[in-house]
Amino acid sequence: MSDIILDVQNLSMHYETLEGNVLAVKDVTFNVKSGESFGLVGESGCGKTSVAMTLLQLQPENSVISEGSIKLDGKELIGLSENELRKVRWDSISIVFQGAMNAWNPVIKIGEQIREALREHYPENSKQTNIDKINQLFKMVGLDESTANRFPHELSGGMKQRAVIALALSCDPKIIIADEPTTALDVVIQDQILNEIKKVQELLGLSLIYISHDIAVIAEMTDKIAVMYAGSIVEIGPTSEVFNSPKHSYTKALLDSTPSIKGEKKKLKSLDGEPPSLINKIEGCSFAPRCPNRNISCKPERDMKLIEVGHDHFVDSCSLGENYE
Amino acid sequence: MSKNLIEVRNLAKHFEISNSFFTGKKKIIKAVDEVSFNIKAGESLGLVGQSGCGKTTTARSLCLLEPKTSGSVNFFNPEKNIMESIDAIDEDGMRVFRRNMQMIFQDPYESLNPRWTIKDIIKEPLDIHNIGSLGEREEAIVEILRTVGLTPPENYLQRYPHEISGGQRQRVSIARTLIMKPKFVICDEPTSMLDVSIRISIMDLMLNLAKELDVSYLYITHDLAVARYMCNRIAVMFNGKLVEIAETEELLNNPIHPYTKRLISSIPIPDPGYKRERYEVNYDELDKIISSNPNEKMVDIGNEHLVATHDTKDFFIET
Repeated sequence: MSDIILDVQNLSMHYETLEGNVLAVKDVTFNVKSGESFGLVGESGCGKTSVAMTLLQLQPENSVISEGSIKLDGKELIGLSENELRKVRWDSISIVFQGAMNAWNPVIKIGEQIREALREHYPENSKQTNIDKINQLFKMVGLDESTANRFPHELSGGMKQRAVIALALSCDPKIIIADEPTTALDVVIQDQILNEIKKVQELLGLSLIYISHDIAVIAEMTDKIAVMYAGSIVEIGPTSEVFNSPKHSYTKALLDSTPSIKGEKKKLKSLDGEPPSLINKIEGCSFAPRCPNRNISCKPERDMKLIEVGHDHFVDSCSLGENYE
Repeated sequence: MSKNLIEVRNLAKHFEISNSFFTGKKKIIKAVDEVSFNIKAGESLGLVGQSGCGKTTTARSLCLLEPKTSGSVNFFNPEKNIMESIDAIDEDGMRVFRRNMQMIFQDPYESLNPRWTIKDIIKEPLDIHNIGSLGEREEAIVEILRTVGLTPPENYLQRYPHEISGGQRQRVSIARTLIMKPKFVICDEPTSMLDVSIRISIMDLMLNLAKELDVSYLYITHDLAVARYMCNRIAVMFNGKLVEIAETEELLNNPIHPYTKRLISSIPIPDPGYKRERYEVNYDELDKIISSNPNEKMVDIGNEHLVATHDTKDFFIET
């Protein structure tokens, strides 16, 4: 299809450590269409951030991409040189990191820090063009123009995070990756930031990859989600379908453990145990030891494999019981 | 109706900050301003509000970690079976108070001493209050580890905090708190640092223990969804003042104060089909009105639903 902007196929990545290889991303396949919001959800340590870093090739030096391809607008990103990557980063894909608001340089004014990025990517622009651009960006994310002349310590957490979003938008990317952009903020500020991201996304027709462990936020922000567990995608599909008829036991467990202020107050279910260590390969189903629906028909020794269960809705075959063959 | 365990009347905590280094002008920040509430035996009260609204300061001045500026706190002394003001009690009374009032902190990575074993950490309060013989203390530790779900206890006694996971650390915090058999526990966002799947097991553990051991909680959080799960009643705090207190479902279904409405409308709903209505509140206006009526009382509109009374019609900005 032509409107697929990012196409990730069979991506696998591991970190080489002294204790062995940590398989952080295992055979991950997904695509993002233009204008679409795609959510990646899972517990900490499930590989969400590793996927994001790999998309931009920003992963640490001890990591190895063992397999797979990442195509942006039909162009392969894996194997590009550092110089070629610099053109992709920010211009095509930009990222809002977790806790990015604390990454501002404290002794340089906010506006100057954004101008630095613009200067680097558009050397031909005049200073005034850049200033106009920043004013326009600030308006878009709901900040006053005078914010550009302030230092980071003069801004509240929410304002700093808005400025980070402005910074991510500064080079007109096609895709924004937001890695838990609201984790450190309280609910009201979170609400404002989410609203801002949504507005900007619609206004500019951006694609969004939203990474979070918060099911409720993912439900509101995305059109399509992938649920990750121990480095693999266990269920992927349109958000409404995954929420209304979750197929994988892990997806069900995540949904059952999320409190809500609407609807009947229901007893929440916790998921016992802990995610497996990713050092060395896990044979068969990685969720089996914690799975509440383990039964006789389940074959924990078989490898994970995604099977289509609905339109664009894929799920790891295990949860389908004996009918999966 | 069960008895009050804690009665807080007009509690205030003001901080003085000097505005300028040279002129030495003083400015007073009213972090907690004339806050009153009761907590009944066996009940858990949620204290919700945005960061910086004074939730933690309320808790800290309540349990005397921070000297309060004014107001009174009465505490039910289970040994004498009477309500006592914590300002007026003698040393023995204070010891009883301290034993019965415990705190669980937000960050299980920072609130446990990294150089102590789990056993030492849990034993410390027993040593301080000199409860039981050495043998009895050991038994109590094993018992409480089992209660909080760290089984078999022998596997944990000699471990250090860095050897166990975040959820297990929070269980150790809870064990350390509950080994004193307190009547009242202040929980300051005890699950916000934990992963989703572990969060529920800690919340369930706390709910079960409340029932078994008859503990009351003051549960501080900014997430109303968590507060709904944990609490019988919820108090909403804004800029150091309580603006609304009600039974949980009543507060969520029938919020009166604009700030409560704002807070409720900002909670994301885990249902992609649900469209949230957004309210914006003009905070500056609201703050002006609230601070211009310092002697305002909260009014009971029925069913113990208390609301701050200022005229709040004009604060909504429809979005």
